[in-house]
Amino acid sequence: MSPHEIVFRVGGAAGDGVSSTAESFAKMCARSGLHVWTYSSYQSVIRGGHVWTQVRGSPEPVLSHGTEPNVLVCLNQQTMDVHQGEVPEGGAVVYDSDLVKPDPAKVRKGARLLGLPLRKLAQTITPNGIVRNTVALGAAVRLYDMDFAQVEAAFKDIWGDKKPEVVEQNVRAAKLGAGEVEKAGGSLRFGIPFSHEPRYLMTGNEAVALGALAAGVRFHAQYPMTPASSILHWMAAHGPAHGVVVKQVEDELAAMNMAVGAGHTGVRSMVATSGGGFSLMVEAIGQAGMTETPLVAVLVQRGGPSTGLPTKTEQGDLNLALGAGQGDWPRGILAPRNTKECFDLTAKAFNLAEIYQTPILVMSDLYLGEGFRTVDRPDFNVPIVRGMVAADGGVAAGRYQRYAYTDSGVSPRAFPGMKGYQYTAATDEHMENGDLISDVLAGLPEFVEERRKMHEKRMRKLEGLRKDMPPPELWGSPNADLTLLHWGSTWGPAHEAILQVEEKQGLHVNSLEFPSLFPFHAEETLRILKEVKRTLAIEANYTGQFSRLLRAETGYKPDFSFLKYDGEPFTGREIAERILEVVA
Amino acid sequence: MKLAFELETYKSEIKPTWCPGCGDYAVLNALQHALTELQLEPWNVLIVSGIGCSSNLPHFLSTYGFHAIHGRAVAVAEGAELANPDLHVIVTGGDGDGYGIGLGHFIHAMRRNLDLTYIVMNNEIYGLTTGQASPTSEMGMKTKSTPIVGVIENPIDPIALALSAGATYVARAFSGDVKQMSELVARGIEHHGFSLIDALSPCVTYNKINTYDFFRKRVYDLNKEGHDPGDLKAAFLKALEWPVMQRDRIPLGLFYRNDKLPTYEDLEPAYKKGNPVTQRLGVEDADEILNEFL
Repeated sequence: MSPHEIVFRVGGAAGDGVSSTAESFAKMCARSGLHVWTYSSYQSVIRGGHVWTQVRGSPEPVLSHGTEPNVLVCLNQQTMDVHQGEVPEGGAVVYDSDLVKPDPAKVRKGARLLGLPLRKLAQTITPNGIVRNTVALGAAVRLYDMDFAQVEAAFKDIWGDKKPEVVEQNVRAAKLGAGEVEKAGGSLRFGIPFSHEPRYLMTGNEAVALGALAAGVRFHAQYPMTPASSILHWMAAHGPAHGVVVKQVEDELAAMNMAVGAGHTGVRSMVATSGGGFSLMVEAIGQAGMTETPLVAVLVQRGGPSTGLPTKTEQGDLNLALGAGQGDWPRGILAPRNTKECFDLTAKAFNLAEIYQTPILVMSDLYLGEGFRTVDRPDFNVPIVRGMVAADGGVAAGRYQRYAYTDSGVSPRAFPGMKGYQYTAATDEHMENGDLISDVLAGLPEFVEERRKMHEKRMRKLEGLRKDMPPPELWGSPNADLTLLHWGSTWGPAHEAILQVEEKQGLHVNSLEFPSLFPFHAEETLRILKEVKRTLAIEANYTGQFSRLLRAETGYKPDFSFLKYDGEPFTGREIAERILEVVA
Repeated sequence: MKLAFELETYKSEIKPTWCPGCGDYAVLNALQHALTELQLEPWNVLIVSGIGCSSNLPHFLSTYGFHAIHGRAVAVAEGAELANPDLHVIVTGGDGDGYGIGLGHFIHAMRRNLDLTYIVMNNEIYGLTTGQASPTSEMGMKTKSTPIVGVIENPIDPIALALSAGATYVARAFSGDVKQMSELVARGIEHHGFSLIDALSPCVTYNKINTYDFFRKRVYDLNKEGHDPGDLKAAFLKALEWPVMQRDRIPLGLFYRNDKLPTYEDLEPAYKKGNPVTQRLGVEDADEILNEFL
């Protein structure tokens, strides 16, 4: 591990302020000009339990939250028990000396033990000692030689002008912590260069919400569900000022059905959820496919099955997304690999949904959705392409056929309110004008043919959609001994592993990655796979859902696989270890 | 006076596919009369339905329509109404659709007091699936799905449910009286807020108990008996009269109307930027949005 970087881990019980401490710290790092990557390990509980967050900050771009923390803050004994052995030589273990005892046998040689009376110090500022975590934060700031001005600025950002007394209390608390470090040997002298050119810091979920806003979303419906809820939170707070109707609904059935109703009227419409909620949306998303209603569905995966691991990460919903809904209907599945793509691909999804008049899924996961990462400034000038609309297409009112047969399978839309274009959209099989085939006509020879034609018209949209979906990308050295196959949030740790084995073992490994999963780019993928030597498929699920898709679409079977389903994100180190295993 | 939109204007080219004598013809007729009376432009009306015999209704009108999946008509309609509050959104469907599989959406739409009109064609049976018990089937009623001892659960009382959930226009009509039904539907569409019209609409094929005759012997106009629709407490008492308290007299008419409460749309902050369907897309003040992430 580079000593020139921050790997800060804070742990405690839920309710100790672990995540707010880490979030403030991450913001200070980003404002100091560092590249930041965070990961929160938490549980489905409001008070108690064991939660920790790691913030990695580096002058160089980072690709994961890192492994060993070089500063560990233990707000309770359990954090000490679980993590004390992980701090390497030269690092520090900060703990509340009145509440927590280290086990010197477990702490590594050369790690500084820094017991501070965190609570007592905090109680000199507020009687309830609520700023205890901020005292620890101040200690970390000093240990890393960060500019204290960033502390004050970050607190002002968080509490603003509304609560100046809270800002003042926290600044004092942080100073107390820093002062204690000064008395106990000063900083760790990592010599991290801070540029102080602030970087944008956001979660994948926030990037999704921003991408949607940039693309002109005007209706967002959601039922709270970890780890997708922060999309609702951001949208609810910011959407209405930009004209977005944000609706918290009674269940995910309502979310999807409302999104369909909204999309039908011509607004850009979306939902966001996790696997359980998406399962409830399944019937209604098929309705969107059948009525050719555009919408964007964001699926932030967590550990399954069933309620599963609400606060843990997994990529186990690919089969669900591929197979959602009875019968065949055209869908697109995008899978952002990083925070930037959460923005870009969500914005793109709205165009694809409207151009092809069908649902587009954006699949991320807890690791990507909830982790804070620094990004370049998102470009809000995204192209907005609304697709074919009847009035634009020169179709005479009165003779309008909503589902007219076309080569592309896409028929010009009309919206309620447009005079003379009235039609009824139906979830039953229908004819070009929307009238039903299903009731008194199904089975009559002419309508057997009609059904076939209409079904083919809808499914034909997949051909165009495939061309517009981002193709697979081969990253890394062209003549590699091993090619990693992966999708979604595995991007960061996979790249990190590749760089690691190249630097340490001189191995040439590259990676083939898939920002879109369906319709699958089979030809292009096969063309690339013909050129590579051996492959290692990496996925966070039990059955290798992506490998199965790959095999179904191309007949190709990866040589090796690395499947993880313990709820924790991949680390670069464990991928590197697996690489060494398979190339040995 | 020549009307801009005659009754015929609202009819589509498709002839209804209901059984001869079905109560739903009267509901379609009443809705057409109401639209004609209100002279609504057909292109500004969106009829949303679910699945069931009655849910085929939008196809028989010349307005915009959305024939959704079973039980979700209200939710689809809510989305359409929220996205374009200038539309007249009317939901039509059956008792299975609205009071059974879609009950959750029904209750929540009412507590939102969205400006929707919901006409439930209540025949106390599942027709399209050929005669199973519905959520409004009476205790003891033998159906294909309750063949041995009949229905052994209480029927939903949609009127009492609507009153408690916050609907601001609650009425019951009967397919045997199109004139009264047209009037109740028209006033419901006009009403600023959520309107429920529970339309007793006999199924002549599968419900041999709740027939036209059954209703004709029992219905009466509660407004003619002096009920004040402004009195919520009295409305509750009237709502419980049938089917909860007895089954000999069935009140028809307007149980409750409150025009003083704000609708969801009145309170929705996003409309300060205008109707979502006509807003210009794209963000002008990206800096303001992004600054919180710095």
